[in-house]
Amino acid sequence: MALRHVNAVIVGAGAGGGIVAKELAEAGLSVVLLERGRWHSYADIDGDELRSQRTPALGNAYGPDDERYRRVVQDHAGEWRLVVPSHWLYNNNAACVGGGTLSYGAMAWRFMPEDFRMRSTYGDVPGSSLEDWPISYDDLEPYYEKAEWQIGVSGDDSQNPFAPPRRRPHPMPPFSYNTEGRLLHDTARRIGLHPFPIPMLRNSVPYAGRPGCINNRTCVGFACPVNAKNGSQNTVIPAALATGNCELRINAVVSEVHIDDRGRATGVSYFDERDRRQTQTADLVVVAASATETARLLLNSRSRLFPNGAGNNNDWVGRNLQGHAYCGAFGLFDEIVYDDVGPGACVAVCDYNHHNDGIVGGGLLANEFIRMPYLFTGRRPPGAPSWGRAHKDFQRTYFRRHASVIGPIQEMPVFASRVEVDPVVTDHWGIPVARISGHRHQEDRRGTDFLSTRAEEWMRAAGAHTTWKVGQGGGPTASGGQHQSGTCRMGDDPRSSVVNRYGQVHEIDNLFVADGSLHVTNGGFNPALTIMALGFWVADYITREWTGTHFR
Amino acid sequence: MTPKHIGRRTFVKAAGTAVGSTVLLPACASSTRGWRFLTAAEATVVDAIAEQVIPADDDPGAREAGVVSYIDRQLAGPFEKHQQAYRRGIVGVQQAANAMFGGDFESLRWTQQTAVLRTMERNDAPGDVWQSTSARSFFELVRDHTMQGFYGSPRHGGNRDFVSFRMLGLDYPRIVGQNRYKMFPGGS
Repeated sequence: MALRHVNAVIVGAGAGGGIVAKELAEAGLSVVLLERGRWHSYADIDGDELRSQRTPALGNAYGPDDERYRRVVQDHAGEWRLVVPSHWLYNNNAACVGGGTLSYGAMAWRFMPEDFRMRSTYGDVPGSSLEDWPISYDDLEPYYEKAEWQIGVSGDDSQNPFAPPRRRPHPMPPFSYNTEGRLLHDTARRIGLHPFPIPMLRNSVPYAGRPGCINNRTCVGFACPVNAKNGSQNTVIPAALATGNCELRINAVVSEVHIDDRGRATGVSYFDERDRRQTQTADLVVVAASATETARLLLNSRSRLFPNGAGNNNDWVGRNLQGHAYCGAFGLFDEIVYDDVGPGACVAVCDYNHHNDGIVGGGLLANEFIRMPYLFTGRRPPGAPSWGRAHKDFQRTYFRRHASVIGPIQEMPVFASRVEVDPVVTDHWGIPVARISGHRHQEDRRGTDFLSTRAEEWMRAAGAHTTWKVGQGGGPTASGGQHQSGTCRMGDDPRSSVVNRYGQVHEIDNLFVADGSLHVTNGGFNPALTIMALGFWVADYITREWTGTHFR
Repeated sequence: MTPKHIGRRTFVKAAGTAVGSTVLLPACASSTRGWRFLTAAEATVVDAIAEQVIPADDDPGAREAGVVSYIDRQLAGPFEKHQQAYRRGIVGVQQAANAMFGGDFESLRWTQQTAVLRTMERNDAPGDVWQSTSARSFFELVRDHTMQGFYGSPRHGGNRDFVSFRMLGLDYPRIVGQNRYKMFPGGS
């Protein structure tokens, strides 16, 4: 039996897709939101570190599962590896209602104006496809504001002299510091930095009918037991459903976007919870499946006019895959600096975002989320024993006497770093899997050397008796991970981008992308709030310009 | 590690009854009698390796924490893909132990066991098995699984009686929402 035709079908109920669903549904469009995962709650894993989305030793808590999903990824030695989602090479984000926003750390950064103008600010970087965005910070500012107020952010930019201009303050006051945060804040001030509380997509006070944060240790990598962490699953998706215009279908694995012989999207095919193939027709198709899976879906959508995948006649779909080059420093202290007040990360500086001599872009520095006991077993100074009495003694002594500041260096996009579809390997449903290959740019290493040196200075000034650097950019594998982006670049020139400034696929005007795939560059910041702002931006264009049969 | 303002027992009791927070109990922290994948002989070897990785001192080690129960349970589940690595690796450990000290691994003296594991870590352990398999990879696999079994949630068969959480001064059973009330000032 054919499914009822709708105005819009949206693929992916994460940061971008959830927002587009709500905006379109509120505008009166009939919407079907397809999500390959399901609903989850904290109780599913009960704070179990071995199932956490951060350390999935026994499998991902919030999907995808290791049984039905796989990818082919080029490893350090250039070998193709078949990997399951809980393997780090898979570059997983999540597969559930809320996507990454269910279990993220929830930092709520706005990119800075320079992040949208990287080429203009820094010039050509050989070997990189570094470019300006077709839109500016000013274009996106009102949409950042929508994200902050509708999803819910706690913060206070007045303490950050490098914060981009804003018209409206954050809706909730900032979080206070824990013991480690206070120490690092005071130290940073003393050495001339400009520390401030990290803006967070968490409730510092009750907001929108949900309670304030209870400062769990089990925060990043976990859903929130009291719903004080704000994602699409507890904000815009319920709002979309409440309109009566949006139907959410979970366990729906989309295999293809259909493009007809006139070059128009007509809908999608997906496998439902009983692995039956369904086809949902729609006037509009919005793909928001994250940078890897969005690219894979477009590439798997072959048609007469687009034999190499939807919107891919110029071979740009899947290109410029980026993430972040995380780096920083650890420090060991004589005194206890740990107070078990979660989530841990609370203080940051933006002194190292832009305008540092010789550094292209740079990145923020912030204290790290709480290192859970198993995760901490891998955090040791170079040369320290990895097992035995000394290892255990270190664990016991320093679990409460260490701190870390880390940050995401903005990676230089590389055209050769890409998502393709594998010619042989398929998943449980017979859909060709994503194949990831490429490398990171050497410039990233200059950035991480710089930032981790600054991090180590901060640690030393804070009184650490032993410090060491972690993380180095510019490696031989493609980047990606939870901050994956860039694979459907937005641009004004259809020859060197996949979508236009509104996320509309060049040549297919009723097919949109609304996730991190759009990012031309990925900022020196966690990208969630920018993905949300882009969701509002794309949805705003659709609701303003769609007449019901065509775009104005 | 005693809280300054309120005794732990008092707090747990208060949290469970008066305050009404959720006290999370592990599904099943006790080990099963029979093994699910390992043979009894294999379990003895894994147990001895795990104890080397996290030895007992003032605090319990891997043996008391039931790490081998954790590993055995996962080998019949999420670690199914590692079954052959264990089966073969344990044979290799015995080959190395016999070549180096003329006895099975579990019967060696503590320092001899350490020496066997160090040669494995350096990837130059003697034995036929290690001609075609990386001794270092197997050692690192068991080491990592031991860390999981000792420091992870008790719900999977390891960290029995919350031994590692006690050692680190973390709440046990884990209490959701404790930090709302700032009852552990200074973290001690």
